[in-house]
Amino acid sequence: METKFDKTVEILFELKLSDVMRRDIITIGPKDKMSVLQRTLQKHRISGVPVVNDGTLVGIISIEDLIKWLSDGGRDCSIEDIMSKNLQCLYADQPLMHAVKKFDQFGFGRFPVLERESGKLVGIITRGVIINGTLNRLAMEYQDEEIRQYRASHFFGDITADQKNVSLKFKIAGKDFDNAGKASTTMKKNLKRLGIRPDIIQRVAIASYEAEMNVVIYTGGGSMLYNITEDKISIKVTDNGPGIDDIEKAMQPGFTTSESWVKELGFGAGMGLPNIKKCADKMDMQSKVGVGTTLKIEIFIGEDDEAARNY
Amino acid sequence: MKLQEIIKQCGFELKTQNENLNRDVTGGYSSDLLSDVMANAKDGNIWTTLQTHSNIVAVAVLKNLAGIILVNNRVPEEGTLAKANEENIPIMTTKLSTFEIVGKLYELGIKGN
Repeated sequence: METKFDKTVEILFELKLSDVMRRDIITIGPKDKMSVLQRTLQKHRISGVPVVNDGTLVGIISIEDLIKWLSDGGRDCSIEDIMSKNLQCLYADQPLMHAVKKFDQFGFGRFPVLERESGKLVGIITRGVIINGTLNRLAMEYQDEEIRQYRASHFFGDITADQKNVSLKFKIAGKDFDNAGKASTTMKKNLKRLGIRPDIIQRVAIASYEAEMNVVIYTGGGSMLYNITEDKISIKVTDNGPGIDDIEKAMQPGFTTSESWVKELGFGAGMGLPNIKKCADKMDMQSKVGVGTTLKIEIFIGEDDEAARNY
Repeated sequence: MKLQEIIKQCGFELKTQNENLNRDVTGGYSSDLLSDVMANAKDGNIWTTLQTHSNIVAVAVLKNLAGIILVNNRVPEEGTLAKANEENIPIMTTKLSTFEIVGKLYELGIKGN
């Protein structure tokens, strides 16, 4: 309930009066007779009208004024003798919330809406208009959300093929610390759109980031290939060297060959590969000194797997 | 506790133009090693560090952190701020050291995870 309420309040602040107000305003002149008012209200099935003289708002008159006039004898006179001249107006650029507060404060049935610069009457707002405007916006956002969720979660389900996979490839530049991490942050967003479970995205993000940083820090550059199928996400990280001499040693937490300036940036603590191992369901690294390294990471999407439980 | 409230109570200087200061901070983590943060910080944590380069934003995005506090009067690099604004990650600064600011946060009820 609370989130729903917050959303409504948010919408009331987001929407401007100009977004929802009625623009087809029915007006009446100050010199018109009260009998004209009766016919106008009846004809348009409304309960009040702004009084306008030569395009300028001069007053407002409602069905309550009409009833009071009738009970006082109903002697025909001009609108201007009966209308209220003490006007409470709103401006078209104000948020809908201002109107809600004003209805609470004054208890009127309607407020004229003016354009701020010219002071010209441009619309009218009633409680009904506020409710309709808010509901329309809620319905619109709900629909957008439904479509978005549908697309994401049915992405694989809706497409028919014997085998389905999505492949995305990123180039990683070596020593480019300004753009480092971009592939991983972009992939995190992509996986979200595909409707992948958050805990899986988190593990892919960590493994991917560490692998990406390894390419940036230690190599002249390489690439990352993400492959998403219905049951797993695979990442293949390839670089063109220098290659790792002793993979077993490299896998030990705290072991590092990085230079001191890299360490000062907070990288190269010898934790990258152990971090990847912790997040991955499968990890395989092949390396040849002078040629390059290929790291394969697999994270299963299944409901219940060991790494997910241990993570 | 909301991030907004923490900023007020601790007198942080907010360096980014953020809209998401209403987030609940789930706890805190302190480290200058990015891999350590990647491994151990938790969703919604606030992070104190003396690193100022743009990769702290990537780490915060990937770990879905509530915000980054730069300690010891350190200022974020220009590229860091641009990226943080783009990703909507709040970056704050303080003249206090890590030790002092963590103590203050702990007193406010922001615990480690």
